[in-house]
Amino acid sequence: MPMRCNFLHLIISSTVAYDANNARVRVPPPRNTDRHAFHNKKTEQCFVNDSVNLQLTRRRFIKGVIFSGAAATSGAGIYLAANAQSGNGGMERLITLTINGRTRRVDVPPTETLANTLRYRLNLTGTKIGCNRGECGACTVLIDGVPNYACSVLTHNVKTKQVTSIEGVKNEDGTLHAVQQAFIAENAPQCGFCTPGQVMSAVALLANNPRPTKAEAAQAMSGNLCRCGAYEHYLNGVLRASGQIA
Amino acid sequence: MSTHIGFDFTPPDVPGKVTGEIKYAEDYKREGMVFARLLTSPLPSGRVVGIDAREALRMDGVLGIFTADDLPPVAPPGNPALASEYVSFVGQPILAVAAVTEEIAESAIEKIRVDFERRPFVVDPLESLTPGGANAYPEGNTLVRTEEEGPEGTPIRGAEIRDVKWPQSAIDALRAGKEPKGAEFTTDWSFGDLDAGFAEAAVIVEEPFVTIGYPHHSLESRTCMAYWENGKCYFHGSSQSQSANDNGLARMLDIDPANLVFINEATGGGFGSKIGPYPYMAISGNFAKRLNRPLQLRITREQEFYIGSARSGMQGWIKMGVKANGKVSAIDLVVVNDGGMTGAGSGNSSAQHVTVAYQPENMRFRGISVYTNTTPRGAQRGPGQNEMAAVLAPIADKAAKAIGMDRVAFRRINAIDSNGFQGGGQGPVTSAFVREALDQGMRTFGWEEKNALAKQNGSKVRGLGVGIGYHGAGGRGYDGLVRIGTDGKLYIHSGVGNLGTYSYAGTCRAAAEALQVPWERCEIVRGRTDNHLPHSSGQGGSNTIFTHTRTNWVAAQDAIRKLKEIAAQDLGGEPEDYMIGDERVFATAEPSRGLSYAQAAARAIELGGKFSGEEYPDDINPITQRAVQGLAGSGLIGVAKDNIPGEGQPPGILVGFCEIELDKDTGKLEILDYTAIADCGTVVHPKNFENAMRGGAVWGVGLAAFERHVYDPQNGLPANTGLYQSKPPTYLDVNVETKMGAVNIPDPQNPTGGRGIGEPTQGAAAAALASAISDALDGHVFNTAPTTTDMIINHLAGNDYSTKYLKTNTF
Repeated sequence: MPMRCNFLHLIISSTVAYDANNARVRVPPPRNTDRHAFHNKKTEQCFVNDSVNLQLTRRRFIKGVIFSGAAATSGAGIYLAANAQSGNGGMERLITLTINGRTRRVDVPPTETLANTLRYRLNLTGTKIGCNRGECGACTVLIDGVPNYACSVLTHNVKTKQVTSIEGVKNEDGTLHAVQQAFIAENAPQCGFCTPGQVMSAVALLANNPRPTKAEAAQAMSGNLCRCGAYEHYLNGVLRASGQIA
Repeated sequence: MSTHIGFDFTPPDVPGKVTGEIKYAEDYKREGMVFARLLTSPLPSGRVVGIDAREALRMDGVLGIFTADDLPPVAPPGNPALASEYVSFVGQPILAVAAVTEEIAESAIEKIRVDFERRPFVVDPLESLTPGGANAYPEGNTLVRTEEEGPEGTPIRGAEIRDVKWPQSAIDALRAGKEPKGAEFTTDWSFGDLDAGFAEAAVIVEEPFVTIGYPHHSLESRTCMAYWENGKCYFHGSSQSQSANDNGLARMLDIDPANLVFINEATGGGFGSKIGPYPYMAISGNFAKRLNRPLQLRITREQEFYIGSARSGMQGWIKMGVKANGKVSAIDLVVVNDGGMTGAGSGNSSAQHVTVAYQPENMRFRGISVYTNTTPRGAQRGPGQNEMAAVLAPIADKAAKAIGMDRVAFRRINAIDSNGFQGGGQGPVTSAFVREALDQGMRTFGWEEKNALAKQNGSKVRGLGVGIGYHGAGGRGYDGLVRIGTDGKLYIHSGVGNLGTYSYAGTCRAAAEALQVPWERCEIVRGRTDNHLPHSSGQGGSNTIFTHTRTNWVAAQDAIRKLKEIAAQDLGGEPEDYMIGDERVFATAEPSRGLSYAQAAARAIELGGKFSGEEYPDDINPITQRAVQGLAGSGLIGVAKDNIPGEGQPPGILVGFCEIELDKDTGKLEILDYTAIADCGTVVHPKNFENAMRGGAVWGVGLAAFERHVYDPQNGLPANTGLYQSKPPTYLDVNVETKMGAVNIPDPQNPTGGRGIGEPTQGAAAAALASAISDALDGHVFNTAPTTTDMIINHLAGNDYSTKYLKTNTF
């Protein structure tokens, strides 16, 4: 099953969300922690101000975590959370990655996610970003054969690993992997945006369990959301790829 | 004999989806591309007093900001790309910043100071209708049609936002499940004699209901990229539709549609939220023009929640009268829609569902759509019909039980047939065979056998349900365009979008069938305007199968006529002396005398005129005219407008049967069996039909059991912007085996016999599941969609917290 990094990610994104929210809905500086400030409906003026982070007490931070998906707005989202963590910290940016069996030298900030590196530095756009917060699985790749959400993995953490993206799933002779062939036969993708992630999870599943039941396959692929609801199509594809239906 | 219709095939974009090679809008890059990001409202309602972007604009790499002042004004309740003065929901875009990298654009957003004034807000329509209740807009809370006397007595019709309040007694009555007497509505219709209908009734059932809207959450957010070359705009967007976007998008960009190249090969889901050009497309295209750089506007998941549209909600009341023989004699329906900030209520469509599902002899509908400071609402898969199906099914069950009739039998006696009607105008349908679907469904599902089984097993109880889903499913009057190349291949030009339903491909089979060309000798040409695409419908409303099998059929017929004319000119005789087959046109009396399609195409080019597209019919749309002009001289052109005669709405109707096991200790339910039987005419593409049944069922489970907007009523903040909290069903929430079938009786108004079925697949499943939940709990009627686990648990604990007072948009 894909490894979820929800907890870590929740904190990161909720920090951003919280900052963004507060940054725009601020009352005059509080005398104490002013836990009602953010929710004060009588406030007439609200404004953006970076210094609002000064209000970030632990209590409010946790509240932000709780409300994570909630809230807020803004321009927030893709980069700030990572950038806010630290600078380069003296880390080497030029790193060597092994992607789909090939060695790639690539200049990557230490805060960049693997999904971003694959898509925007290596042009491997088959990996999709559906949520960028560890919820949907569209960005699933294999790291040493284990499915992971590439949006929730820092590229610098896979320097010594074997990364397989959808572009690396084909057989060595260039033919499609059995899972890909079966998904075509079942007409399994609908809109197709989640499909690369579904393929990756199915490939990993069959490597570990060559003849899963439909229920086992559903369990194993439950980290991959499909908004079109093509679950049963994909499950039929898994059964076909494993030779259980023809 | 059919050669293509009713047979499986692989749509040409499927392999690219499993290899990741197919490109979506965000996968495109362009030399010199810059990035824009949005600054959005943190307030549910307020006024932008000032924007100070000086610090942001001083940052290295920042190229500029784009505000509402850069776009034509949009009056409320239009959904502006960027708020001008008033913000109306959390997440509403206020401005965009462009920079050389996305990181810089994001950082610049943080440096912009926006001063706001707060305004009162409202997230519950009934609160807004309450005396003294807040209005979502300064001008009021609902859109009212206006009519003034114009010159020479000609009425000038318009609409304006007004403040409508109901008497407190009407609010209290509706919340208590009674008719809201004295309430003001903005829409109403009726037919028959309602009082007489109720007087005839042996049983009258009266119930309130609430359905909560929820986001589309298409997995591909609506990221767009645009660039300009010599006055032409090349626009990569994520849309359900293709040609149907041309005029609207060109208007947004203030260019002639001939100067727009809209590129849209694959779309990562739409579900109604991307039928036409959406407002934010104006930012990408116009900002790119101003900067004279390729520009990508990336939309995050959270922003997709905010601006990606959502289903409207309902708070309502229904009174149903049923005669002793089971016939529905009267229905009185009230719907208060939650229109979010755009007011797109779908109450009339909800009422339309009622008319089709139960064919009442007399009916009245009254509705009002109220703005709330929640996300924009728009069409979402069976808007109105499907949520109505979900709450109506248990109410219908209650009525059936009251007269002692089996629930399927009750639906059967009220079922629509080919002489039936739809909607308040009681318009005709092209054909309908719902009784046949119900009979087939009962057999496939084993309704009677399952009803005979024990219900209780320890803490677990079984429930059986039946539901009907409906949506109008087809349009008329669009154009078809095919080309036979000098290679003899059939090129089928399609302006249909690719939202993942594969109807773009299925409809092309009609041209292949008519021209008797093997599928491997056909090529679908689509995906970008400069591929010369005809005028096609938007891919919404389940219309495509009906609409574009017809257009491709008439284009093929035009090509056949021209093939025969060329053969007659070259080989003698009259066109009617010829026929087609084996990719040839030949004399019927002497099959060896003929031309191959390749030879005929070469002759068409030599002959010119209508044969090769230098001339074309007068009645085709300007979009198609441009497409034909682009193809002129490249082969034998078949082009025609769909003028196939006929009348009535082609209905897509599905019946669903559901068996669940509900754990009374936990409230969790498991779907044991689901059977879907469609009345959609001839099934065009069986494999795709089966998958549509499966996917629609998943959407039905989401509507009936999981998905809803949750706002904090104290602060107006959305509490579930992400996928995880919005709770679209996962693999583990749905059944892994769906049984399905189709009546498969051809529709007489389609040459292939087909009608659409996309949207009803959800409504039937939602209705069947809601019916099953009610059945499992001894007929308890929740009157909610969704009916979540916490609602079930609260009910079992004797606590009505979850469901009383018609609460909406909250837990």
